Amino acid sequence: MNAAAALIQPQVPEQVLTALQGVVDPEIPVLTIEDLGILRDVRMAGDEVVVTITPTYVGCPAMVEIRENIEKALGEAGVEAFRVETSLSPAWTTDWMSEAGRRKLLEYGIAPPSPRSVACPQCGSEDTRLISEFGSTACKSLHQCNACLEPFDHFKCH
Amino acid sequence: MNDTSKFALALGDDALTMGQRLSEWISHGPFLEEDIALANVALDFMGRARMFLSYAGELEGEGRSEDDLAFLRDTREFTNLLMFELPIGDFGQTIARQYLVDAFEAPYFEALCNSKDETIAAIAAKVVKECRYHLRRSRDWVIRLGDGTEESHQRMQDGIYEMWPYVAELFEMPEYETRLAEQGIAVDRDVLRAGWEKEVMATLAEATLSAPQDGHAIRGGREGVHTEHLGFLLSDLQFMQRAYPGLEW
Repeated sequence: MNAAAALIQPQVPEQVLTALQGVVDPEIPVLTIEDLGILRDVRMAGDEVVVTITPTYVGCPAMVEIRENIEKALGEAGVEAFRVETSLSPAWTTDWMSEAGRRKLLEYGIAPPSPRSVACPQCGSEDTRLISEFGSTACKSLHQCNACLEPFDHFKCH
Repeated sequence: MNDTSKFALALGDDALTMGQRLSEWISHGPFLEEDIALANVALDFMGRARMFLSYAGELEGEGRSEDDLAFLRDTREFTNLLMFELPIGDFGQTIARQYLVDAFEAPYFEALCNSKDETIAAIAAKVVKECRYHLRRSRDWVIRLGDGTEESHQRMQDGIYEMWPYVAELFEMPEYETRLAEQGIAVDRDVLRAGWEKEVMATLAEATLSAPQDGHAIRGGREGVHTEHLGFLLSDLQFMQRAYPGLEW
């Protein structure tokens, strides 16, 4: 656990946490919302579970689906009273991505956020070039490896 | 509407008109990667519009949602700056506007992160990171096209000339914004002018481009006095809600 991990109140029942651990990003389904750092806070307000999430980019279209998936997961886990809140501050950063998240991204073929040279997720070469500042989603840029020639996505530093 | 509500509305209208204009490029981009990039920048502006318009409606307290404000106001009620509503033109014109705006917005939203209004500060903190990224990209394009072929140079230069008269408005403030700046809620735009000129002049020089010297300025957006182009933009944006009120996706 690092400082950026979600704050989880000890009173929150285990079934809630298990359910939340199954909620993944719809665009990058190997990452859970906890891996991504968008799950910020889980607490009890009386009998009600309050889940707080934060958007990655202001226009991220996945936020609606993520919220619905959280509601679905909690409903299926038999949690009766819950609500999902969104907070903007502090602003999300890729520094909040977990180590497990970075590893899973790499295995999935997406280079994890790197402020300097972006290594190819296929062959590991650092001899790569930027093709476009935006890849298939707002959170990724498009690169190509000069060694193995594979194009790949990089999860941008943000 | 109180001052802060008007301020949030103006920033929301800027973002909405720019987002709408950029989205016109979707499937018309010069090549696939650029098409995707333009759409992603549009998405950032749309996300920003939603946040500011929602907040403007909340402060107004008359039950107007972000959708009501986006879809059910007419041209004179829009308070975006004129540059944001201008047609996309060719790619040179789109990039010229984007660069001149990005060069303003990156330091502007950085300063707005210190707003004494917590919601505005929180939105600014989200937006500033995206603005810096947009600026890196649009600056790169200005240099590449300006210092490119004869044709790309000419188109980039034409774009800069076309947009230049609308720059003055970026640094002007209506009375409510001046009052808010005095209270630490808004930012004094004029303070950012010198830094903006330094950034833009350096980029234009590197791109072998020049800026007009005549000081001609066109203004009126914040007072709701727009170019003829806004009506066409809104007819596209608002058609569905006007034709089928309350329609849901």
